Amino acid sequence: MNKAQFGSPWMPYLLLAPQMLIIAIFFLWPAAEAVRSSFYLEDPFFGTGTFVGLDNYRDALSASDYRRTAIFTGIFVFLVSLLSLSIGLMLAVSADRVLRGKSTYKTLLMWVYAIAPPVAGLIGVMLFDQHIGPLVDFAAIFGWDYRIGVNYWDTGITMIIVATWKQIPYNFIFFLSGLQSIPKSVKEAASIDCSSQNRRFWTITFPLLAPTSFFLLILNIAYAMFETFGMIDLIVKDQPGNSPVTLVYKVYRDGFRGNDLGGSSAQSVILMLLVLVLTIVQFRLIEKRVHYN
Amino acid sequence: MTTLRIKNVFKRYPNGAEAVKGVSVEVGDGELVVFVGPSGCGKSTLLRMVAGLEDVTSGEIELSGRVVNDLEPAERNIAMVFQNYALYPHMTVRQNLAYGLKNRGTSKSEIDSKVEAAGKLLQISDFLERKPSQLSGGQRQRVAMGRAIVRDPAIFLFDEPLSNLDAKLRNQMRLEIKSLQRRLKTAAVYVTHDQVEAMTLADRIVVLNNGLIEQVGTPAEVYSRPDSTFVASFIGAPPMNLLSATLTDAGAQLGDQVLPVQTSLRGDVQLGLRPERIKISQSGSGASIEVTIVEELGATRLVHGIVGGQNISVAVDAELPVPTGQAVISFRPDDAHFFHATTGRRL
Repeated sequence: MNKAQFGSPWMPYLLLAPQMLIIAIFFLWPAAEAVRSSFYLEDPFFGTGTFVGLDNYRDALSASDYRRTAIFTGIFVFLVSLLSLSIGLMLAVSADRVLRGKSTYKTLLMWVYAIAPPVAGLIGVMLFDQHIGPLVDFAAIFGWDYRIGVNYWDTGITMIIVATWKQIPYNFIFFLSGLQSIPKSVKEAASIDCSSQNRRFWTITFPLLAPTSFFLLILNIAYAMFETFGMIDLIVKDQPGNSPVTLVYKVYRDGFRGNDLGGSSAQSVILMLLVLVLTIVQFRLIEKRVHYN
Repeated sequence: MTTLRIKNVFKRYPNGAEAVKGVSVEVGDGELVVFVGPSGCGKSTLLRMVAGLEDVTSGEIELSGRVVNDLEPAERNIAMVFQNYALYPHMTVRQNLAYGLKNRGTSKSEIDSKVEAAGKLLQISDFLERKPSQLSGGQRQRVAMGRAIVRDPAIFLFDEPLSNLDAKLRNQMRLEIKSLQRRLKTAAVYVTHDQVEAMTLADRIVVLNNGLIEQVGTPAEVYSRPDSTFVASFIGAPPMNLLSATLTDAGAQLGDQVLPVQTSLRGDVQLGLRPERIKISQSGSGASIEVTIVEELGATRLVHGIVGGQNISVAVDAELPVPTGQAVISFRPDDAHFFHATTGRRL
């Protein structure tokens, strides 16, 4: 950027100020506060805490409950990202092949995305309800006694399905626009070079979608880890004790339900570091293999 | 032998629009045929139907003696060069060239030797490991041609391949395409809207207008004996003058002027005169012209004027003096072309 474009050297900083202020107030300050309180045994009634050094971290990492949650979070994030990306891609490829009524499909498939996470959670809970849920009846056909909120994995599967369902439209719309940005002539050249449609997809279309896929992978991991909070809260509201939750939800549960603010802070700092490492790994490793035009 | 035979082909879109309205053309072995016409004349649609990228509504397309209407593009043994090159951006030049062969199950050693040979032929050997984004427009065009050559097809299909290049490179590549096609002796169909490309490249030109063939012929035939006013004005630069005239015993009557012509035709016609076949001088015998504007083109000058109330342009050798104001024009009587006053067909 050329400095001469601004009348005063302070101008760029002034323009950036609102954004920096928001980052400072809503991210930097709370983050610093979390780091600080993770070293204290906090008094939940706003009294002064006791400095305990790394005890909170030691407690969190050695607890079997924490490990269980971490494993579930890993499985949850992996499956939600994998399923919502692959189903979104499948739908986008099908919609891309349709010439007529494309925008109708697009709108219909997009609809779900307009639903707020708690509402999605509510609908999910209803679909899996013990008494009125059609999906429970469906599972019963195969002799599966589906018990959400009672059986650990039944609840977990519900979360994965609802979280995936909610994310598919988002992936769909990005994949569809990615597919449509591939030049028509490149697809035509490929159709002259290769008679198998399937093979064309994997050798031409899919590699050209790599930038989109990479971008979506990061967003989906972030979604599964953090944005599913509202939906999980709704599903486990009544019995959070024995139900599977993600690490983010555990931070909330331990802090605000268990009143262990220090321990909860330590968990959130661990989470922050995890995100940092994940981001670095993603950009370093995957970007190398991704083709950008 | 005939490589490609297009038999009474129609293309109608679902919305009712007709792009091609019954076209029949043949392309002989080793022949380079150029489809030329303004945008929307159906030339690209016709080419895409040959390639299999568009369905044929009715009619037949026969390639090397076999009807290919229902074959997939990859099964037709054709190679196409696109206007925007259509290279695979995520593959290196080598992979771009090898892709089609690999899919056909060609052995690795054969692919390598073919790619190397094409690379040498097109002078792109040094770029084989690069991605298309690292190449210039001209280099990309060569790669696109290389991709067509390695397939060793029955016919090359060129869809305005030079439109994205600058003027200088276009001239150079035009020559290269021509010499390459001559050397490979492979039949080719070349689509362009540029009449200069058509004239210089073609063994035969197919002039298309509005989904129909206006004329088929060698460049010389199309230039010297245009079948219609459309062809007359489309082929040749600057375009042929087309003047409304009435043929009488005295000659061609244009307003108050009478131009001497040799014909047994009488009545209203369109008189066609090539600007480069008209002589202009300040004084002497001939029809009088009022010179309005002179355009400098380097080797020639284009003199615009009015004869008998109608606009006319005359190409003048740059070494000759520039006429001004009132001057006179003359032409050899057999350089005059006559077209039907309303249909525009040659009389």
